[in-house]
Amino acid sequence: MESFFNWITVNQQIIYIVILMIFVGIEVIGHVPSVLHTPLMSGANAIHGVVIIGAIIVMGKAEGDNYLALGLGFLAVVLGTLNVVGGFVVTDRMLEMFRKKKKQ
Amino acid sequence: MELNILTVCYLIASVTFILGLKMLSNPASARTGNLVAAAGMTIAIAGTIFLYEEDGQRLHNYAWIFSGIAIGGIVGTFAAKKVKMTAMPEMVSMFNGMGGACAALISLIEFGHIHDMSAEPTGKLFIIFAGLIIGSVSFAGSMVAWGKLNGSVKDHSFNGQHIVNLLLFFASVAVAAWITIALPANAHMMVYAVLALALLYGVFFVLPIGGADMPVVISLLNSFTGVAAAFGGFLYDNKVMLTGGILVGAAGTLLTILMCKAMNRSLANVLIGSFGGGATATAGGAKAQGSVREISLSDASVLMSYAHRVYIVPGYGLAVAQAQHVCHELEKLLESKGVEVKYAIHPVAGRMPGHMNVLLAEADVPYEKLMEMEQANDEFPNTDVVLILGANDVVNPAAKTDPSSPIYGMPILDVELAKNVIVNKRSMKPGYAGIENELFFSKKTSMLFGDAKKVLQDLVSEIKNL
Repeated sequence: MESFFNWITVNQQIIYIVILMIFVGIEVIGHVPSVLHTPLMSGANAIHGVVIIGAIIVMGKAEGDNYLALGLGFLAVVLGTLNVVGGFVVTDRMLEMFRKKKKQ
Repeated sequence: MELNILTVCYLIASVTFILGLKMLSNPASARTGNLVAAAGMTIAIAGTIFLYEEDGQRLHNYAWIFSGIAIGGIVGTFAAKKVKMTAMPEMVSMFNGMGGACAALISLIEFGHIHDMSAEPTGKLFIIFAGLIIGSVSFAGSMVAWGKLNGSVKDHSFNGQHIVNLLLFFASVAVAAWITIALPANAHMMVYAVLALALLYGVFFVLPIGGADMPVVISLLNSFTGVAAAFGGFLYDNKVMLTGGILVGAAGTLLTILMCKAMNRSLANVLIGSFGGGATATAGGAKAQGSVREISLSDASVLMSYAHRVYIVPGYGLAVAQAQHVCHELEKLLESKGVEVKYAIHPVAGRMPGHMNVLLAEADVPYEKLMEMEQANDEFPNTDVVLILGANDVVNPAAKTDPSSPIYGMPILDVELAKNVIVNKRSMKPGYAGIENELFFSKKTSMLFGDAKKVLQDLVSEIKNL
């Protein structure tokens, strides 16, 4: 039990971030019209591509002779970039069509 | 100093993510919101590459990193630019799977870096396994969803699949827990067992869910990937991964629930309800009998040109045939003859919510012509002709009348209230939910078989010749 409370104290910053972000995430998209469900999902999909940062770190730390880590890390960087770049471009393409109408 | 700059980079990125999501949920600012988030992401990535330090050590393997980003960037841009509007949902699912796989790989590599497990805190092992399991489930599930949407994977379920699924999930968690607690000598092999079990669970989790429910599943898996990314943030004490991941995890979960609400169903119903689907489909199929009436192109064009008000109900068939432009042409032609033409948009028409709006906007159909379901339902009694283009489940009266139907309870477009209904379909095959539609056998209904684009082109030329 003591170790549990200890863990909370050590990680309190992170725990605060998690709790606050849950509320922010819910609050921020609370009033989205159903028309925007798909682009919003796609945009959120691109944002969780931040996982690429982890891939860059893991790749950048790999020792030159650890081929398993190098290979997997390289794959992780490629896949993470696909998620980020593809995600934002697809979202932009979807929304481009909405904007064009708005102007007229 | 440099680490401080990196901290600022991460802070900026976190704020842009929140702002971006906020702007994405408003039609006027959505596109800018997407760009804002993308800019923040670029800052965070560039900062990580050039400024990140661990124990005073800079990152190396730059050649690997840059070539990885180049390959991913080029392929990603190309795929996203080339994909047809109809295949957008699949594409999102595919990209989501990539993110999940990325999170799983990070966990796998970090586990490989551990040499003396007893020296590692239990919390770290827990985080690694959580990232691995959630990432793998998201990856495998997204790939199955992708396959289902493009038609290469069929719905599949067997008796007791619930239990098998639960067992798979618990087995993967149990192996992970056992490694964490018992610290076996062959842990580096056992971790692949966790991976395999989680992947298998991901496949079986999505496999039985009906294709029509894939948007909800993709949205759910989207929030899974968010959580997996957040665990990566835990692992590296990286605040931007943490905020981005949790933000998407929370927003994605809410979005999933909103999507279910648009169909008037609960999430549990979507995830589990699919199992009864097979039985009711056959029951519904046996019941729907009678004859369908076909209508000729010239009769249809006469009917529409002399109508007062025509409603067009677009569905997936329109998207598949890429018929949005010729559909707009027909609408303009009818308007020039003094017919009032509007579109009735069901919230889940097509393969994703908003799918039809995007498609029709592409063809320059004015916003004001797109009516939401409630408005359209109010106006159907005063409508002469409803032209249904490749929509099926969203106009199926079984959703109101047949409690055993898998779509029972979903709000539908009450096209039966109109005076005439013309249905364009490629064949009498049932729609995505796999159930028969009594509407097609109704006295008011006449069928116009054929590919939506072809039929619309013929209609346009017929009407021009009238």
